[in-house]
Amino acid sequence: MLGPRSLVALAAAKATREALRATGRGATTLPGLIALSLDEGVATDLARRLPQGVVVVTGTNGKTTTSRMLADAVRLAGWRPVHNRAGSNLARGVASALVADATWIGEPRADGAIFEVDEASVVAVARLVRPRVMVITNLFRDQLDRYGELDTVTRRMREAVAALPPDATLVLNADDPIVSRLGENATCRVLRFGIDDERTVGVLEQNVSDLTHCPRCRSRLEYRRVVLGHVGDYHCPNCGFARPQPEIAASRVESRTDGTRLVLGAGEGAIVELPLPGVYNAYNALAAIAAAHALGISLDVSVRALASFRPPFGRLEVVEAAGRRLRLVLVKNPAGFNAAVSALLSPDARVHALAALNDLDADGRDVSWIWDADFEALAPAIDWAVVTGLRARDLALRLKYAGVPAERTRVVEGWQPAIRAALERARPGEEVVILATYTATLALRHALSEMGYAKEFWED
Amino acid sequence: MDLRICHLYGDLMAIYGDRGNVLTLRRRCEWRGIDATVEIVSAGDRLDPERYDLYFFGGGQDAQQDIVADDLQAGNGERLRTAVQAGAAILSVCGGYQLLGHYYRPFEGPELPGLGILDAHTVAGRKRFIGNVLALGEQALVGFENHSGRTYLGPQAQPLATVVNGAGNNGEDGTEGAVQGKAIGTYLHGSLLPKNPWLADRVITWALERRHGAVQLDRLDDAVEDSARDVAMSLARQRR
Repeated sequence: MLGPRSLVALAAAKATREALRATGRGATTLPGLIALSLDEGVATDLARRLPQGVVVVTGTNGKTTTSRMLADAVRLAGWRPVHNRAGSNLARGVASALVADATWIGEPRADGAIFEVDEASVVAVARLVRPRVMVITNLFRDQLDRYGELDTVTRRMREAVAALPPDATLVLNADDPIVSRLGENATCRVLRFGIDDERTVGVLEQNVSDLTHCPRCRSRLEYRRVVLGHVGDYHCPNCGFARPQPEIAASRVESRTDGTRLVLGAGEGAIVELPLPGVYNAYNALAAIAAAHALGISLDVSVRALASFRPPFGRLEVVEAAGRRLRLVLVKNPAGFNAAVSALLSPDARVHALAALNDLDADGRDVSWIWDADFEALAPAIDWAVVTGLRARDLALRLKYAGVPAERTRVVEGWQPAIRAALERARPGEEVVILATYTATLALRHALSEMGYAKEFWED
Repeated sequence: MDLRICHLYGDLMAIYGDRGNVLTLRRRCEWRGIDATVEIVSAGDRLDPERYDLYFFGGGQDAQQDIVADDLQAGNGERLRTAVQAGAAILSVCGGYQLLGHYYRPFEGPELPGLGILDAHTVAGRKRFIGNVLALGEQALVGFENHSGRTYLGPQAQPLATVVNGAGNNGEDGTEGAVQGKAIGTYLHGSLLPKNPWLADRVITWALERRHGAVQLDRLDDAVEDSARDVAMSLARQRR
């Protein structure tokens, strides 16, 4: 039983949730905010009652996909995890999910939890829920007005790692030197994942890197192979800092436009057929496999779960509309944009794009990042682009400087008019790629639903 | 006609959209038939002060900025000063702007010496200035600031613009940026140059003068630039 104060907080939060659901709203953050403001301990108490413990997934890109993949695997293993699905990844979103799962007397219905957690909230959440496993996918520059510089985010991650219980497992990307280094001073178990395949190299010119010098001794880092930005096979010629051999490794990665095949381990390793393109999704899959392994779930189960994986909201998700295929790609920062573009571009690809840029708090109010994103790689493939959103004109300008001829870019105000313009421009059967920032993706998804093409996202 | 651009410490000092500034310089030359080349000179390289007409010096994170400050003190700073004295133009943003001043004074510890190319100095501040900025110089200047350093100008440097909305150099005296000869510093990202094409053209003109004499740039169609600038202006006007 919870204490009386926790029970009051839980009841208030659950009542809020019922009221919001009754009026048709998502209830993904407010109940948690209320619970935490009445009693900080309620989330800790609820989390402690989960017999399989809590997994926290954080990092700049890949949080949602990785935690979804892991949730599929643990479900296939017979668990009933609670999961903060709709991108509500602050402490209040985590608390809301715990509140929603618990009965009115504080008994969990789930047996474990998988939470994706915003980089800015990771220290608070780590202290709140005492994770059994923490996954850090990668760290790149992202929304500087909100998160601060990458150095600041890295310090925060170090603090979260220090807050992990001694019996926890820290799952790290070996190929990201900033992330991998977080394991150096960890007191808990560390499990790393990475790609060993020498043919896996970035298809774009790597114009912007967040780490060029050794984080230990400041000498210039050398790379045998760069996959994306500062992610790859690195070593410092001076102090010996180097990519460690990951325990969970793909010896081979073959990415096609409709999926990715991974061979795990050396020689005749297990084969993962992932129905999602992009090397970045190979990393997400490896992170999920490593986390599942840390939870004692067999590789066979993870492989089967990944084979039937369906992309979450806005992550290469496909919506059929008026005989056209709309592929939604959420882009929030240069690394995420470049990773998505790498996945979308095949040598002869022609791109029909609906691009939407917002600058609300959740998007980052500084739109400078679009100038770091490699629109130059995309530009030659663009047949036409409809641009929309609060900062549509900045996107039009970006496309101009990327070399897209003016007559191929059209600014359309309003979400539904922009969707209609793109659908009219595309021929039946053609694919339109929707590249949009966070709140623009929400708005476009909502507009698509009002037009009868897609369900509201919190229904899935 | 050709223009040689140096992206100073382009791998280390390229935070948040500095790439857009270099791209804008290059494109606006290309569109006029000016053959622009961009080279990165970074820590450990030896800067050739004869070589470049235009330097772009962007911002970086603290760790990178330390590497750059050390490299400047090790000789490249002196060579850059020589180059600017001999007529090269330089545009600096945020961290680069601070390094062009006399010094940066942190909360604790010794002052970090700068190059003194701009008569300005910077003092660490507690509150970070974050938001859209509108300032008026020769023309409207728009951008996004994100800095905690307070920069104060000496008599040799003129403000680049007067702040209408936002904090600018220090949040106190209403100035934004600095101009001294052919050296410019500013706190504005956004990226800076794509939405302020007049400023891009100004530094291109200055830089061309070094080897090609006075140059009148062809006018470009800036309708797309202007409409993006108008949106940024109205956003800055809403800032409290």
